[in-house]
Amino acid sequence: MRVAYTDVLVIGGGLAGLRCATGVKERGQDVILLTLVPPKRSHSAAAQGGMQASLGNSIKGEGDNEDVHFGDTIKGSDWGADQEVARMFVNTAPKAIRELAAWGVPWTRVHRGDHQAIINAKKVTLTEKDEAHGLITARDFGGTKKWRTCYTSDGTGHSMLYAMDNRAQEQEIKVHERMEAMSLIHHDGRCYGAVARNLMTGELVAYIAKATTIATGGYGRIYAVSTNAVICQGMGQAIALETGVATLGNMEAIQFHPTAIVPVGILTTEGCRGDGGILTDVDGYRFMPDYEPEKKELASRDVVSRRMIEHIRNGKGVKSRYGDHLWLDITILGREHIEKNLREVKEICESFLGIDPAEKPIPVRPTQHYSMGGIRTDYKGESQTLKGLYSCGEAACWDLHGFNRLGGNSVSETVVSGMLVAEHIADFCETPESEIDISTKLIKEFVDKEQAKLEYLLEPKQNAESPYPLRHAMENIMMDKVGIFRNGKDLQEAVDELEELLIRSRNIEVKHKTLTANPELFNAYRVQRMLKLAICVAKGALERTESRGAHAREDYPERNDKEFLNRTITSWPDENQTMPKVEYEPIEIKSMEMPPGFRGYGKDMTIPHPDSKIRQDEIDSLREDLEAKGADRFEVQDALMEYRSKLPECYQGKNERLWEKFDD
Amino acid sequence: MTNETQRILKISILRYNPQVPEDKPEVVTYELEEADGMTLFIALNDIRERFDESLKFDFVCRAGICGSCSMLVNGKPTLACRTLTSKLDDEISLAPLPMFELIGDLSVFTGKWMRGLNERLETWIHTKEGEKKIDADRLEERMEPALADEIYETDRCIECGCCVAGCGTILMREDFAGAVGLNKVARYKIDPRDKRSDADYYDLIGDEDGVFGCMSLMGCEDVCPKDLPLQSKIAYMRRQMVMMKDDE
Repeated sequence: MRVAYTDVLVIGGGLAGLRCATGVKERGQDVILLTLVPPKRSHSAAAQGGMQASLGNSIKGEGDNEDVHFGDTIKGSDWGADQEVARMFVNTAPKAIRELAAWGVPWTRVHRGDHQAIINAKKVTLTEKDEAHGLITARDFGGTKKWRTCYTSDGTGHSMLYAMDNRAQEQEIKVHERMEAMSLIHHDGRCYGAVARNLMTGELVAYIAKATTIATGGYGRIYAVSTNAVICQGMGQAIALETGVATLGNMEAIQFHPTAIVPVGILTTEGCRGDGGILTDVDGYRFMPDYEPEKKELASRDVVSRRMIEHIRNGKGVKSRYGDHLWLDITILGREHIEKNLREVKEICESFLGIDPAEKPIPVRPTQHYSMGGIRTDYKGESQTLKGLYSCGEAACWDLHGFNRLGGNSVSETVVSGMLVAEHIADFCETPESEIDISTKLIKEFVDKEQAKLEYLLEPKQNAESPYPLRHAMENIMMDKVGIFRNGKDLQEAVDELEELLIRSRNIEVKHKTLTANPELFNAYRVQRMLKLAICVAKGALERTESRGAHAREDYPERNDKEFLNRTITSWPDENQTMPKVEYEPIEIKSMEMPPGFRGYGKDMTIPHPDSKIRQDEIDSLREDLEAKGADRFEVQDALMEYRSKLPECYQGKNERLWEKFDD
Repeated sequence: MTNETQRILKISILRYNPQVPEDKPEVVTYELEEADGMTLFIALNDIRERFDESLKFDFVCRAGICGSCSMLVNGKPTLACRTLTSKLDDEISLAPLPMFELIGDLSVFTGKWMRGLNERLETWIHTKEGEKKIDADRLEERMEPALADEIYETDRCIECGCCVAGCGTILMREDFAGAVGLNKVARYKIDPRDKRSDADYYDLIGDEDGVFGCMSLMGCEDVCPKDLPLQSKIAYMRRQMVMMKDDE
């Protein structure tokens, strides 16, 4: 039995995992990072458009700060987010981007003087200030009051990931590539590491650690069409779920991005619309202003996606053999802008559609894009039920995004959560309670169990199943019945059909009888796990009889704060079960800085909670008092919802801006 | 909706599993009906699901940005995921990318090679010793917008390995840093945040495994899927290093 010991085990080599690993290493902890693919090939590289941080350097970002970013994030989440977490996030994002700048990310910079921009389909001239010259600039994204999304052309995630992985190499972090975590080793509510499988040789290795961090990204690939990389199959969430102890949060909160190309579902960045691109229909008509007169194409993602489907249902879609679609028109931006700031988009259009987006509109349709749900953790990134298990980035639900994530907040979250969670893990590792005394007997039990499961997959069976048909069936159920618009009848069918598939998946027989590198084998065990996640999503969606953010129930169109201002908590206590346990964790209005209100899209459909008004009145009078006494924005915020003391000490500082200069 | 008959593609794949001692490399041909907008990503998944579930290949982003799926398509190194079958003849040959450790069939371990390269060339920002830690609370250091754009240009490399597979020099010198490596050094050389001196760079690439090994066959630039100006970057580094030599 091969056993490797370390202080901190990080599973996942994208931005979140890398940043977490470098953070704990800096604190003197030994760390091993497991990854399915070389870290630089992680899905983080696909983030094109940018990262939100309220630097406020560009003229359209002037006046931006943590408070504005916080407000946008909470509204965007449809009040599902954890407000303390959101505060920690907005305060750390500017530090994250500045740190990355020092580590080599070539952020696009402000150029003093005039430049042309397209706003609301019209050419305008913007004038950047002299004193901002050379600082990091930002573009517009949906659902934000300011231009806050910092970028490097449209290769932001790529540049960030490369800088981060290079830093990990500089720090000599041990990266074990092509290793797949198969199960978490745990006992009595304490996590001790993971059993991992070498995807080249098939060897099982036990990694034993004081703290284990899952940073494996989202679970978008349970849908047939997704913008996600093919490795985003939710295996991190699945192995957490399979402990029977750790819980998942808000699994039904799935984001659909408005503009993925048809039919392959590859993303074109929100930057297309942020930079001035428009959506048009079969008649070449720009329809978004009719639905959302104020924000138009730059309403929040969930809203734009729903409006597009509505418009298609109104008969205005463009017919194609792959179903109806709409157009994303960026020709108005001009060739020069496209070739400089949207060149990945241009390459994608050329390679996959054979069109030049500077000449022709792009066929697009809302497509599965992001998993707001994930491993439920507290603000430190630690599981609430399994000690020593941590999670960060898209894999986690600590819960920054609630029921809808703002564009640009995900890459930002990967790095910020990695920074914060690393500090909390390092703190934990410095305490005596982090020491472990796990027996080799227990380790062996977990390794043997995985070995037995793999061997069972190879055993001959009656009425044997094959992994691919089961996976395709699942993907299609999720598309057809757990999509952008949901209803009770379809969701019930989805739950029943997925349960049936899960039962069938227990009878998979792998035809190629080898435990070494074998794609059929990993597809077999992954589809079994993906089915469990799919059931969690469908079941959570069925039982949430309201509409909130990206979870839109046609039969329950109201956001019901009275009954559903809570988080869905899913667990799988018994592995022989075919259904998860679904519970709810309340979200307290009384401690909120920003009580639930109207998001400002369409008509107000909220069933309010009585506490909302009470808390709002309380806040209004408190604010008035403090402001009368001359309190600044930090003092007001502190009085409304103190959070700063919960941040790691090194990240508690305020952020300097051009108009909020520090005294030297 | 289309009634025209689809082509039947004959896709020949060089198959070999080095994990199995008795296995011998062989070319296996699969016949597949072409579909609209079919890429090699779609075709290979089809083959795996319908004909041979043991077929090994690597796709991650399937959008031409992650660099996982480089292979020889009709003998030329390229990204399979964004290769449309409609742009190829109906007889297509696929082979694993040469120069890298073979995992099996079309799957190669480019990650390990690239990690070794990055380690050797220290492809990260080097600060001066004793320089104080960055204070991320403060305004970031300024950079000329044009310079940031220029650095990004060279930073677009996706480490797919096509330039290595297309390189003539590396066939004779297995430790040659390749266009991927020399482009990276050029990237750090123009970045003012990296405090390495020309002498430091000379130590890294001032020999025939570095910038003086390149024979200017330009294979790298021909096959680079990101259209990076690799030859001019190598030429730039060579000029810099020659000047360095003259100064000595």
